[in-house]
Amino acid sequence: MPAVSMTVNGTPVTADIDPRTLLVQFLREHLRLTGTHVGCDTSQCGACVVHVNGEAVKSCAMLAVQADGAEVLTIEGVAQGDTLHPMQEAFRDNHGLQCGFCTPGMIMTALDMVRRLGPVLDDHTIREELEGNLCRCTGYHNIVKSIAAGARAMAADDTPRRAAAE
Amino acid sequence: MYDFTYHKAASLDDAAKLLASAVDAKPIAGGQSLLPMMKFRLASPSDLVDLGTIAGLDRIEAEGGTLTLGAMCRHGAVCTSEVVQKTLPALAHLAGLIGDPAVRHRGTLGGSLANNDPTADYPAAAVSLGATIVTSKREIAAEDFFTGLFETALEPDEIVVAARFPVPEKAAYEKFRNPASRYAMVGVFVAKFPDVVRVAVTGAGASGVFRVPSFEEALSKDFSADALKGLSISTDGLAGDIHASAEYRAHLVGVMARRAVAAANG
Ligand SMILES: Cc1cc2nc3c(=O)[nH]c(=O)nc-3n(C[C@H](O)[C@H](O)[C@H](O)COP(=O)(O)OP(=O)(O)OC[C@H]3O[C@@H](n4cnc5c(N)ncnc54)[C@H](O)[C@@H]3O)c2cc1C
Ligand code: FES
Ligand code: FES
Repeated sequence: MPAVSMTVNGTPVTADIDPRTLLVQFLREHLRLTGTHVGCDTSQCGACVVHVNGEAVKSCAMLAVQADGAEVLTIEGVAQGDTLHPMQEAFRDNHGLQCGFCTPGMIMTALDMVRRLGPVLDDHTIREELEGNLCRCTGYHNIVKSIAAGARAMAADDTPRRAAAE
Repeated sequence: MYDFTYHKAASLDDAAKLLASAVDAKPIAGGQSLLPMMKFRLASPSDLVDLGTIAGLDRIEAEGGTLTLGAMCRHGAVCTSEVVQKTLPALAHLAGLIGDPAVRHRGTLGGSLANNDPTADYPAAAVSLGATIVTSKREIAAEDFFTGLFETALEPDEIVVAARFPVPEKAAYEKFRNPASRYAMVGVFVAKFPDVVRVAVTGAGASGVFRVPSFEEALSKDFSADALKGLSISTDGLAGDIHASAEYRAHLVGVMARRAVAAANG
């Protein structure tokens, strides 16, 4: 079985795995990081979004062996101890979740959006960027509000964070 | 997903050798089409040869009226590349319409061409622009490359290395998305060169990308949306399914073509 090594939320990990292990299975079943969710079989829902080398990817559409040597950031690596990331805080403040199943993917997608497009995001841009993230509860309105607020809060926040989350 | 043996290719030669040596080996690029197909057991390769570990396959170069993109150029990189935006903005625009941001971070030009999904976006650009597909063995004109539904001229151990796009005077791509999958229900790429106009359609054809000679003839005389007024295409060979009838797709081809010409004239 091939060996893979990667850094997950700042911690180096190495394992021998079956090559067909998806990155999301590796995170959930081997590392027990169950914050990353699986919501579909078709790579369409975005519940599994994590960052690989700083970019948002669907971890259900990537083999763990393809992440060999990579830096991976999951929802578990976003907060600083007990202090939520400003984007997480914004979802709480703006009622951006109901059941919460889609939320980890929404937040990882939102952080990637801010990285690429900056902290000033209009509603239209946010909705376009959420193309690959489905939510069955909220109707999206409060998610869009949360992301806009979270992005603004990130610009005002100067706490040092893991590179990939910035 | 069935089990397989995974190989990291060290070079193009290495990848070609690995592909030739196994029973049913396939290259894997971004995995955005192949892995979902393997999960559904619609594909079950014995071996996967990862092209992601080969250096230099993601070059973007514009020179002497040609834009060359390496096979491993990710859709996101094509969409945001200053070189592509400057030399062939219609192609940057097209890449930005593929899937969603996470899919664009992984999916590649070479994978999209090799997959030849009848609703994929890049095949329309390749045919309309008269691109040349450069492989590990030869050079293939785009029109000879796409041979049918998910079929290409590629041999099992042949790898797409790059695509060369001649830079047109004017070009534009208009996509009417399938509201469920967001792939093209109908996508029309129009390109005007000094000597030729080509109109290529994706999404609508039952066997993939095709050209529309009657539109091309009208546009060669008068490159304006008005020149297409009253012209339509037949439903022969068009796809009809729960998403859209062949008649509706034929109608959309006309609408998207007129919009694309208007956009190209900017
Ligand atoms: C949710 C979602 C939405 C999408 N939406 C769209 C869309 O709107 N429009 C669109 O066009 N596409 C869409 N796609 C598909 C996406 O563009 C894929 O990235 C693309 O079709 C395949 O590229 P890949 O690099 O991921 O290839 P892979 O999935 O790795 O490979 C696809 C096929 O090509 C072969 N292959 C790959 N690279 C090469 C090469 N260099 N030489 C020879 N063979 C090769 C593989 O063996 C395999 O058979 C979507 C995908 C998803 C998951
Ligand atoms: S589980 Fe990955 S996109 Fe749905
Ligand atoms: S909050 Fe339930 S799926 Fe989004």
